[in-house]
Amino acid sequence: MNFWYFLTALTLLSALMVVLSKNPIHSVLYLVFTFFCISGHYVLLNAQFLMVVNIVVYAGAIMVLFLFVIMMMDLRTNMPDSKTTMTKLAGAVLGGTLLVIVVAASRKMNLTEVVDVKSFSSQTGMVEGLGRILYRDYVLPFELISILFFVAMVGAVMLGKREAGERNF
Amino acid sequence: MEITSTLFTAKAIYVGLIFVITLGVAAYSTYFERVIAAFMQDRVGPDRAGPFGILQPLADAVKMFMKEDFIPAHSNKWLFIAGPCISMFTALMTSVVVPFGDKLDLGGGVMLDLQGIDVNIGILWVFGIVSLGVYGVLIGGWASNNKYSLLGAIRAASQNISYELAMGLSIIAILMLSGSLSTKSIVETQQGGHWNILYQPLGFVIFIVCAFAECNRTPFDLPECETELIGGYHTEYSSMKLGFYLFSEYINMFISGAVMATLYFGGYDYPGYNFIFEKFGNNIAVLLGVGALIGKALFFVFVFMWVRWTLPRFRYDQLMGLGWTGLIPLSMFNVVLTGATMLFTVNDGGSNWYTVAASWAGVAIMIIVSALYSQAQYKKKKLATA
Repeated sequence: MNFWYFLTALTLLSALMVVLSKNPIHSVLYLVFTFFCISGHYVLLNAQFLMVVNIVVYAGAIMVLFLFVIMMMDLRTNMPDSKTTMTKLAGAVLGGTLLVIVVAASRKMNLTEVVDVKSFSSQTGMVEGLGRILYRDYVLPFELISILFFVAMVGAVMLGKREAGERNF
Repeated sequence: MEITSTLFTAKAIYVGLIFVITLGVAAYSTYFERVIAAFMQDRVGPDRAGPFGILQPLADAVKMFMKEDFIPAHSNKWLFIAGPCISMFTALMTSVVVPFGDKLDLGGGVMLDLQGIDVNIGILWVFGIVSLGVYGVLIGGWASNNKYSLLGAIRAASQNISYELAMGLSIIAILMLSGSLSTKSIVETQQGGHWNILYQPLGFVIFIVCAFAECNRTPFDLPECETELIGGYHTEYSSMKLGFYLFSEYINMFISGAVMATLYFGGYDYPGYNFIFEKFGNNIAVLLGVGALIGKALFFVFVFMWVRWTLPRFRYDQLMGLGWTGLIPLSMFNVVLTGATMLFTVNDGGSNWYTVAASWAGVAIMIIVSALYSQAQYKKKKLATA
């Protein structure tokens, strides 16, 4: 339990640093660290598969692409854009909406209720259980999602492809 | 309680030993790389430090530590230091899930599993750490505040992401065969000579090519391509920070050799295991198995060096073309082929040799079809130009 508090504090701190740090590269690195902390939470829940998939997909692939794009951009000219009144206003509205949602959701939580820990199966988060649920109970949604991904892939290729005779850049 | 504490001590000793072995192998890889290079180029090679120059790694280490540790101006100091550390850290972390041997009997009912941890997602762990390995290069290259370093870092990032996909798809075929993500059970299904290389010839070729790309070894060492980028991502590095980058490359070679041995060459399995088990007992057989795994890994390290002094470097567009249009479709074909061969065995109730034959026949058919296709394309091109 103590470790949980430590990990949660670390997660929140690094998530805050994502927003607060001036340098976009530092933001991305803090975000990677936040993903690690979240993976740590998965480990505490004995969900090893989710932990490693979180690292492979988010920390390993998506964040590398983020870093890649931010390194390619010229940061100094793009810096002032993030501080216009419009972006501040949009950020405030979005953050406020999120806060309202979180408050509304947590209003119904019952923290005093004591749950018997032993009534849960420790194997719920294992890859076998997840596979059984995905391929037995939710086969159709799972396959539909894969079609969605395929469509997105084709779309990305279409957007990235150069037409014949078009200039390189 | 006593058993637990004995097991804890034994495990700690085991982990320390693996650490020392990894570092030792990496240090001596630098020596053997030069010896092999010298042999292939008909030179003498390092022969000054000690007999046959075997103290060369020690001399190199002393040199590395004694050099000036330079941090360039206007660079990001902390990230500049973090880069090589992350590289080293990720390189060392992979060996946790590699099963170096079977259970060792320590007496008194203590059975020591010669593996760091046996998690049921073992191979995904390897995959995850490999995908993190690029951060060291990326951060170091960016923090150097140097255009060539940045170019090298960006090349490393795009190269690693491209080759990870094909690597993951080639692992999927292994998972289909073994039915588990745990490296231990992948090795256990291969015991008694049923090595995965027999069932997965194509998968192994894809995996080893991707391993070359992930380790940034020639012919895929574009991130540190000295003819184009001076030194690539480690242009600005000196002293032991540079040493860490170079060292992590050698560690990666050894560990990827161990992973390849685990996935495709039966791990700690070796011919005559049962004979030695009956004649000399469990422990001798298990320790010989550890030797077998390290031997296989060292063979792959040799293959890495062999290829380095044989093949020239790719051009960048060739590298991307091979990754995206060559290896990914091939590995998808490999997944389908594996599924087909498994179906064949189950339905006919045939022995394993049918599966082996089917796998190799599938690969042969694919090679013939692609050869015919490329010939047809070539003729078409010739007709068009003529």
